[in-house]
Amino acid sequence: MTTATLPVPGTARGGRPSRPRHELRAVHALVHRDLLRLAGQPVHTALTLLHPLLYLFVLGGGLATLIPRSSLGVDYRVYLFPGMLMMTVQMPAITVGVRLITDRESGYLRELLMAPVNRSTLLLGNCLGGTLVAAVQGALLLGLAGAVGLPYDPPLLLLLLGGMLLSSFTLTALALALAVTLRRAEMFHMLLGLVMTPLLFLSGAFFPLDAMPGWARALAGVNPLAHGVDLLRRCIALRVPDGATAGGIEWFGRQPPLLLEAGLLFAAGALALGWAAHRFGRPE
Amino acid sequence: MQLPAGDDDPTRAALLTTAVISAHPTPHTSGTEYAISTRALVKSYPGPDGTVDAVRELDLDVFRGETFAFLGPNGAGKSTTISLLCALARPTSGQAVVAGVDVTRRPQEVRRRVGMVFQRSALDPDLTADQNLVIHARLYGLGRRCARRRSGEVLDAVGLTDRRRSPVRTLSGGMRRRLEIARGLLHSPEVLFLDEPTTGLDPHARAQVWDHLRALRDRHGSTLFVTTHYLEEAENCDRIAIIDHGRLVAQGTPFALKSAVGDDKVLLRTSDDTTARRLAGMIAPPDRPVTVDADGVHLRLPDGSTWIPRLCGVLEEHGIAVRAASATPPTLDDVFFHHTGRSLQATGQPGHPPAAPPRQGTAPDSGGAR
Repeated sequence: MTTATLPVPGTARGGRPSRPRHELRAVHALVHRDLLRLAGQPVHTALTLLHPLLYLFVLGGGLATLIPRSSLGVDYRVYLFPGMLMMTVQMPAITVGVRLITDRESGYLRELLMAPVNRSTLLLGNCLGGTLVAAVQGALLLGLAGAVGLPYDPPLLLLLLGGMLLSSFTLTALALALAVTLRRAEMFHMLLGLVMTPLLFLSGAFFPLDAMPGWARALAGVNPLAHGVDLLRRCIALRVPDGATAGGIEWFGRQPPLLLEAGLLFAAGALALGWAAHRFGRPE
Repeated sequence: MQLPAGDDDPTRAALLTTAVISAHPTPHTSGTEYAISTRALVKSYPGPDGTVDAVRELDLDVFRGETFAFLGPNGAGKSTTISLLCALARPTSGQAVVAGVDVTRRPQEVRRRVGMVFQRSALDPDLTADQNLVIHARLYGLGRRCARRRSGEVLDAVGLTDRRRSPVRTLSGGMRRRLEIARGLLHSPEVLFLDEPTTGLDPHARAQVWDHLRALRDRHGSTLFVTTHYLEEAENCDRIAIIDHGRLVAQGTPFALKSAVGDDKVLLRTSDDTTARRLAGMIAPPDRPVTVDADGVHLRLPDGSTWIPRLCGVLEEHGIAVRAASATPPTLDDVFFHHTGRSLQATGQPGHPPAAPPRQGTAPDSGGAR
């Protein structure tokens, strides 16, 4: 309700946690909720992974025989892998946005709003919960790295995990920003249905960006998925030198530094989250 | 898991006393005797045609430890008032102090001190009863161990211990309601708000919910603020406030409210209602309107039963057979009618357009609205 924290009287009731600790517990509560839901729905999780797996092994396996290694520099399945990681990560991120809307419709959001914490804390909790769930699902797919021909190299796996955490944070924050703006679930679904496929095609997940016309490359420049895919692909290139490919995100014909790209992705997520928290914090 | 509906089941009594009571006695000693106190509370929304006043100039006093009913038809402003008192919405003007804290100045502190059971179920259906409770406890800043202990206690208090691991989606409506009451109690609030807690439940589940609410008041001294549009539920409460069109029209104990109305309702069923009406009008004091409808002849008289022999005697003399006669002491619906000119039970029915509320004062007992 009020964003300015109120002074807590010193004569508090016994055992009351300090202010920041209390907010942390609320964040933990929401992350906990997401993890409980994840653990309670193994079938749902498996189904979420089905789609990327199909693409990776059926589409990827089929096209790998058609596309010569020389054209991409790597086997097509290795090329496809970062995109499929992003695809896995993107689903739970969007689910968080959908759930904010369904929570509002079902009345559960009121229960959350009743909690004696800042509203921005609630949003942060939702965002972190979504990020974590997304990363867990991504990690499951990461377990199949060997099947596409990538080595089980711990630093590589950690790099990819970090990249996925970062991208899922940004995607979750964007989904939340959308969810606080649109109050109806149908609108949210319609918009996502309209936008997600083009975003995926313009992300460089399936084919290199430089194979596309200029306008499409310009669109890819503002596509968070494209940055996520590019980030993951470059993480692979760091550890597997012959896995390096061209055709990622380029600024004026040059690749931006890896850390700058990661920072940009994080900044976009933080900005979206901040804006969402601002919208969400307005008293009704 | 069906519990015996009676409240004097010894095993349950023992369970309850060991359960919530340890944490419940309010350690709060600084405040006044009031759990809730409002002065000139106003909430208006911008509507399609001008501002809509949902709550107008509300003065409300609720004592600690009492069960307070907030009675009114749908759309009277009950839920809005609750939102204001729980600091979920900001009042347009006026003042409200809940559990010793001002709702406009320290809304978070108010929310920490009150519990809430919403009109619409607000549980996560995919999680178990236990998980719903633990998440709530953590949202309210309880430590991990404390959260687990309190969850066990409140589940026990509403008789759901054996369903703690069931997903909420598998619980019946009545169980969900009780689980929500348990959740409302989890952080040991000083006031528990319940917005229409029994709407949509079957009579058996309703009775169970009320058994648990009564147990809370009697054994733990909880302050309960219950909105309802069921008259018989309001009757069970210590005190009642009647709200209509956002305005408080009466406040007091059920007995006092009914005594204030005073007159009993007398009903005569005769062989010739029209003549009987004329005759009754002559016998009764001149300012008493007499009405006729399909049920018979209605009139309101103080101490109604003593009038029945006289009325019957006169009617028999004129050759009218009296088939039935009754005198009913005023009900809460009569109280509502007395203050608003409408019957609560008839609200919304065709033929009883919600008239603009006449300002309180004289009882406009005309028209025979029942």
